[in-house]
Amino acid sequence: MGHVSTGKSYINEEPGLKSWFTSLDHKRIAILYFVAVMTFFLIGGIMALLLRLELFSPNTAGSVMEHIPNFLRKAGDTPADLYNQVMTYHGAMMVFMVIVPGIPAIFGNFFLPLQIGAKDVAFPRLNLLSWYVFMAGAALAVSTFFFSKIDTGWTFYTPYSIRSGTSVVMMVVAAFIMGMSSILTGLNFIVTVHKLRAPGMTMWRMPLFCWAIYSTAIIQVLATPILAITLLLLAMERTFGVGIFDPKLGGDPVLFQHFFWFYSHPAVYIMILPAMGIISELITTYSKKTIFGYTAIAYSSIGIAAVSFFVWGHHLFVSGQSEVAGIVFSFLTMLVGVPTAIKMFNWLATLYKGSIEFRAPLLYALGFLFLFAIGGMTGVILAVTAVDVHFHDTYFVVAHFHYVMVGGTLMAIMGGLFHWFPKIFGKMHSETGAIMSWVFIFIGFNVTFFPQFILGAKGMPRRYFDYIPEYEQLNKISTVGSWLIATGFIIALITVIKGLTSGAKAPKNPWGSKTLEWHAESPPIMHNFEQDPIVTAGPYEYK
Amino acid sequence: MSTSRLVNGVEVASHYRDANHQYQSNKEGLWLFMVTEILMFGGLFVGYIIFHGIYPEMFAEGARSLDWKMGFINTLVLIFSSFTMALGIYFIQVKQNKKATIALAVTIACGFVFMLIKYLEYTHKFHLGLYPGRMLHMHEGAPEHANLGMYFGFYYCMTGLHGIHVMIGMGLIGWVMIKNMRGDFNEKYFTPVEGVGIFWHIVDLIWIFLFPLLYLVG
Repeated sequence: MGHVSTGKSYINEEPGLKSWFTSLDHKRIAILYFVAVMTFFLIGGIMALLLRLELFSPNTAGSVMEHIPNFLRKAGDTPADLYNQVMTYHGAMMVFMVIVPGIPAIFGNFFLPLQIGAKDVAFPRLNLLSWYVFMAGAALAVSTFFFSKIDTGWTFYTPYSIRSGTSVVMMVVAAFIMGMSSILTGLNFIVTVHKLRAPGMTMWRMPLFCWAIYSTAIIQVLATPILAITLLLLAMERTFGVGIFDPKLGGDPVLFQHFFWFYSHPAVYIMILPAMGIISELITTYSKKTIFGYTAIAYSSIGIAAVSFFVWGHHLFVSGQSEVAGIVFSFLTMLVGVPTAIKMFNWLATLYKGSIEFRAPLLYALGFLFLFAIGGMTGVILAVTAVDVHFHDTYFVVAHFHYVMVGGTLMAIMGGLFHWFPKIFGKMHSETGAIMSWVFIFIGFNVTFFPQFILGAKGMPRRYFDYIPEYEQLNKISTVGSWLIATGFIIALITVIKGLTSGAKAPKNPWGSKTLEWHAESPPIMHNFEQDPIVTAGPYEYK
Repeated sequence: MSTSRLVNGVEVASHYRDANHQYQSNKEGLWLFMVTEILMFGGLFVGYIIFHGIYPEMFAEGARSLDWKMGFINTLVLIFSSFTMALGIYFIQVKQNKKATIALAVTIACGFVFMLIKYLEYTHKFHLGLYPGRMLHMHEGAPEHANLGMYFGFYYCMTGLHGIHVMIGMGLIGWVMIKNMRGDFNEKYFTPVEGVGIFWHIVDLIWIFLFPLLYLVG
């Protein structure tokens, strides 16, 4: 583009705090999401530390929960009640307020238009609206904290959620509102991909991150309405006792599980697909090699999105669903392993004979490959119905989905953050800081969650406030691991803050990446590109 | 991005090439939103089918307690309103904006008639104690079945959610009607009217499924 930089960017073009909260610019909205999601991540993380601290030893010596200040607890709540509440908030916040909106709303918002050479998303006003809708839902969710809280677990299973004396209706409405925001974001991205690609940017020239965000958007639009109606029915059930989920009134609590997982299993892929998109970008950039099997990776994203709608029954293997259904769901679940493995092999083949540069984002990507392989494979183990009868509702399941959600998605978020940090903020961060954060998070993660596989195999049930002395040693190791993870995130936070305040000015393309966003200024100007880009080649033309 | 420009008398946001590009994008977004609406009602339909299979007599008894004539009149009212809605868009396309305003006003009036009939039906049910679920409370002469509460759970959830959509639709039609009276639309630019129209037709379509399921099947 060859222009002399004017020093103007989306960050300083319109001054004032008000201009941020009314901005229709996709990059500014991404930053709004970034600040909000990271705040919720901090709260959810503190709760996770509290849970681990409680489980540091069996409750013979008193409970950590007794130290929760009085204004945060209802009269008469026992430490066990408080544990249930903290566990519920940890799950609900991390799912609905961190991982689901995380990558699409932050990195998707910022980079989808840039990567396809567009000036903005298709509906900028709707984009801002979805942030406000999200914040309204989040505020309602957090406010339940000051009423009677919730203790149902993030899954709101009936019939307990009908009877629980806590603010289930408020929380359910909050999740409904946040779901609406998720739908609007997904809808916006689908139309953006269909309609706003730059001249020459065909679907098959899109970066794989865009393919991943696109597949995710399809799931968001198709699955979230089912969650909406399920949660509304649960609210009706609690308010008027309509009897649909309440066995006392002839209803069927297992129907709630079907409805819930019909959304929430595809939602697992809402959480992991965009992460896979980031990993594709990182691996090809830092091995300076054209990605291996571009088409296969793109198709496997769509494949995972499609299969994701037919596997929900694997959450109900022991809920009294028919054996035939169990077998069918078992096979379909294992089928997800195929497109996932295709991605894994393609990433490995991309690394093979590349000029690998061990920067922090690549370390996070390699961490993803390692942890996600374990998370994915244990998922196949859990899909075996006979094995699941033993593992169901044990710490094995907890370890499995943390390996996928944290080891997968969170690793990708961190890798993406350090990859795109210079582009987003126009400043360079400390490479050492980023690598140190990876060392602590990666090691800490394994120390925390690997013992939980063993605990689960030994039969320790999940969600419990207390355990028998036999499980003590492994629980202690796990809790120590959680402190390592916390240290890693504190280092990452310091690295980000130091980069923001005293980082050197970032060049346009510090990593020598080939995708379009690196042709824009760092940070990009308000309308993204000085000249409308015309695309003449694929996204990863290295050598 | 907040800038827009005028192209052939139509305001086009700067991230679109031209008016048609913007129009096609808006329409695709709207249809996607309609898909989510249908899916949301889909959850209720699935629940209805499952419990209808388990308790067919209860559903038959519930359907008998509804007045199919009321439902039938409402079906006609909504189908007619869909017609007047389509007329509204047509009149804008052929530059007869005054007639379009009348057509849109008639559509809103149909919405009022629909909601009025719904109100009469609801109050009649309340009078008989036919509340949803555990609040069902029978007076003498009313039908009696152990599980009728669940039928009315479905009845109020389905027609209630639909009724909310009818009211939102009336508000939206009012909005485009006022915009039309202000002269915001012409034969080249009528995207909001068409969008609201699509929404209104989908709301009608959902009623066309609700009516036989709740009033006639049994």
